Amino acid sequence: MTTPEVTPAAGMNWRRASMAGVVALPIIALLAFGLTRDPGEIKSPLPGKMAPDFALEVFAPGEPGQERAVGDTIRLSELRGQVVVLNFWASWCLECRREHQALTEVAADYATRGVKFYGVLYNDSPSAGKRWIDEMGGQSYPSVNDARTRTAIDYGLYGAPETFFIAKDGRVAYKHIGAVTDRLLMQKLDSLLAAPAGTP
Amino acid sequence: MTRAIGASALYVSLAATVAALFLVTFGARRRKEAWLNAGYAATYLQFGLMTAATFAMIFGLVAHDFSIEYVAQVGSRATPLYYTVISLWGALEGSILFWGWVLALLTALVVFWNRSRAGNLIPYTTATMLGVGIFFQFLLVAPAFPFGAVFPVPPDGPGPNPLLQNHWLMGIHPPLLYLGYVGMTVPFAFAMGAMASGEVGDGSWIRLSRRWTLGAWAFLTAAIIAGMWWSYEVLGWGGYWAWDPVENASFMPWLTATAFLHSVMVQERRGLLKLWNLNLVVATFALTILGTFLTRSGVLSSVHAFTEGLIGYYFLVAIAITLLASFVLVAGNSERLVSFGKLEGVASRGTVFLFNNLLLTAFTFTVLVGTLFPLFAEAIRGEKVSVGEPFFNRMTIPICAALLFLMGVGPALPWKEADRATLRRKLLPPLVGAVAGLLVSVFAGARSPYAVMAFAFAAFAAVANIGEFVEGARARMRMRGESAVDALGNLLATNRRRYGGYVAHLGVVAVAVAITASSTFRAEHEATLKKGESMTVGGLQVRLEEVWGREEPQRSVIGTTVAILRDGREIARLDPRMNFYPTSQQPVPTPAVRSRPSGDIYMNLQAFAQDGTNATLRVIVEPLVPWIWAGGMIICLGALISIAPFRRQAPAVVTEPEPALASPAPVAAT
Amino acid sequence: MRILAALAVAVVARSATAQDTAVRPVTGADSALERRTREVASELRCPVCQGLSIADSPSDLALEMKGLVREQLAAGKSPEEIRAYFIGKYGEWVLLEPKAEGLNLLVYLLPVALVIGGGLFVVRYVRANSAERET
Repeated sequence: MTTPEVTPAAGMNWRRASMAGVVALPIIALLAFGLTRDPGEIKSPLPGKMAPDFALEVFAPGEPGQERAVGDTIRLSELRGQVVVLNFWASWCLECRREHQALTEVAADYATRGVKFYGVLYNDSPSAGKRWIDEMGGQSYPSVNDARTRTAIDYGLYGAPETFFIAKDGRVAYKHIGAVTDRLLMQKLDSLLAAPAGTP
Repeated sequence: MTRAIGASALYVSLAATVAALFLVTFGARRRKEAWLNAGYAATYLQFGLMTAATFAMIFGLVAHDFSIEYVAQVGSRATPLYYTVISLWGALEGSILFWGWVLALLTALVVFWNRSRAGNLIPYTTATMLGVGIFFQFLLVAPAFPFGAVFPVPPDGPGPNPLLQNHWLMGIHPPLLYLGYVGMTVPFAFAMGAMASGEVGDGSWIRLSRRWTLGAWAFLTAAIIAGMWWSYEVLGWGGYWAWDPVENASFMPWLTATAFLHSVMVQERRGLLKLWNLNLVVATFALTILGTFLTRSGVLSSVHAFTEGLIGYYFLVAIAITLLASFVLVAGNSERLVSFGKLEGVASRGTVFLFNNLLLTAFTFTVLVGTLFPLFAEAIRGEKVSVGEPFFNRMTIPICAALLFLMGVGPALPWKEADRATLRRKLLPPLVGAVAGLLVSVFAGARSPYAVMAFAFAAFAAVANIGEFVEGARARMRMRGESAVDALGNLLATNRRRYGGYVAHLGVVAVAVAITASSTFRAEHEATLKKGESMTVGGLQVRLEEVWGREEPQRSVIGTTVAILRDGREIARLDPRMNFYPTSQQPVPTPAVRSRPSGDIYMNLQAFAQDGTNATLRVIVEPLVPWIWAGGMIICLGALISIAPFRRQAPAVVTEPEPALASPAPVAAT
Repeated sequence: MRILAALAVAVVARSATAQDTAVRPVTGADSALERRTREVASELRCPVCQGLSIADSPSDLALEMKGLVREQLAAGKSPEEIRAYFIGKYGEWVLLEPKAEGLNLLVYLLPVALVIGGGLFVVRYVRANSAERET
């Protein structure tokens, strides 16, 4: 835009102009601030709080070392004293494909150090879930089915994948939205394993 | 080849636009006719080049030329031709290209119709439009370049966003919105041109831009209504307005433009509100840019938002420059903007217009605050909050009701101070109407005070506006002995601007009544049905007949056949569906709607059993919904009547090639 | 047109409201519970869609959340308790209308302040700019 030839008919009314500027500037600053934020990223109130308990049935057993029988009920409360990783996933979720290898490998590595990984099937059918696991070449840890989505709501889920790291004292230590990487998994787990039980 | 033509057209066009801006500006300053004419020629040239670029893109899309980045992004061989063509505005780059083309077209038209006018108003108006054009054309060669090369050329593309290829309204809503948004550039340019040339005092810019403003406003109205319709037909939730940031973004400039259409009459008649009207024009334009910013920057999450990117910063800079330039020009013209007129009375139409402007401004402000507050809260407290439908309904319904009331009072009051007898004669019928509306709505079962108030005031406004037609026609019948039909026709023809306004008012009443009725009296139910089972909603029996599947070239469809029975007799069959597109994880709901003037039966397939034995259906009976769309058309019809030329045409064929835009309109039309 | 519209309202609305009580969902829930569920659900934001309430959203997660609201109401929980549960899981973000407290008061008070301030200004303006009444 140009500001050509302002024939100064009389004194410029700068007071009025600056007043208008005072109103407009904060709005522009606010919008600029908005550009640095991701509207999809919403702070979860869960970290630091006790992880909601659940009792869900295993539909995919996992591999030896971490195996649980199909039909077993997993209760979070029975896992107190161990570091737990919950990964909410679904066969229709594209990002889940990206993180699958990292999850299954890190889970196998850390199984010996007492870390429990569980997949939680979100908004999907166990048969589709099993097909997906076969297609992806197996999942080292067991997966449970959140048939009524209540556990997902309990964990404040926005979509899949989301991964929760639960400390030995049963508190949510960290929540990750979107695909995880092996580096992130190892870093979080190492710090959780290093912390004595009782500190978040 | 297509790619090369499109790309070079864009670059040359930007150069032509920059050249035109300099030629026009300095031609006007130095009073060099030749420079001015060269500038105008360059303005036509950039329009030609933008047209070439746009058609190159359309050609590329239709020919599935996947060597063009944009085509590779939104095209696919399986997409039907209609959706292929309209995917021109299906993603960021294409929509900016389309925007730039419309802007170039309007710039050329402004020049074509006004260039012979003496003085610097037109050159500076053109310069402003060219300046805005440079911004968009710069976006097109830098961050939103649509003609990037793809190598190796992919054999096929993903196709447009499923939401944008699921309903024909996507071919209507965006172009209307762009015409409305871009159209608002014209009054803004005239305002800036008037201030820059020092011709702002006499208000001729208002006369010259009046029809542009009305036209842009009509397009914006149509776009908002079409957007509501699209949302209703495509998103599957049975509503049409969610106070989503992008919806708000299109609504805010509409509100300020509506305020301007009214307050400008006070300036034309009484010479008041000069500064205020300029502010409204600038605000309207700034809000259109803000709207584009909100849609394209990813600042606020919205169903309608495009993907994010750096482009947001460019828009922010554009908003800042717009406001800065306007403030400087307004400050420089402060002496010329002093108003000398007087209102003709306290109880007069002028006063009503002032309150109408107050309410529309408050409305805009409420929507703006509500839309931006989540950002503000995050900046201050670091926590996200939501400001959604319950907030906006609570805050804006009282304003809407008050506006409906004023919409009845305004036409009833004369410009001059009204005496008691006039007030009684004019306001008694609308008051009776209001009481009737109140009684009818309570009798019909409305209990919410908001709803009852809305019905009462809508009836008030309807009677008042219809009363103006009746009174005017009666006067003609009495004085000239015309038949009722002739009198009504001639009334409209001789004072199009005024009666066009009243027609638009009636459209607003229709929309208001329909929105209130469809939200107050809706009956809905959701249930999982086995084949042959039925549920009852709003007195209708809904029976699931069949669950079926079908493969189409670009998608797979899961559908249901549902019979609707009234008193055991089948009245309709609907087929709510879910469409599965390969690019989308989630199915796209495809509700089925049975529309009658009395209301809609809206049905969405929520879920289905994979073995086809049952399906979950949501059925909503929504009274009067089609009147929202019809009301929108009535509003646009009103605007059209107002836009049409003032002078009564001779009964012969209209051959006058000169469009109405350049003809000076009588000042005090009402 | 008004008459037509008003008539249509009356006719359609009567049939709708008269039958409302007769609506019997297949699942066997009662309609008062449905209404209360809708009331609570319409104030909660659907996490997977943008800006829609869980009452309106057709998404699976929203349906489950609405089911949860229904269950909790049937179990005798108050709407306030249910809201608190969802805030505990999703944060204040989940409320479609911000709580009228603290900083949030601004969003409620600013528009009201504009209407009052603007109203006073317009009244003064009309008084100052009105021609004397012609006699």
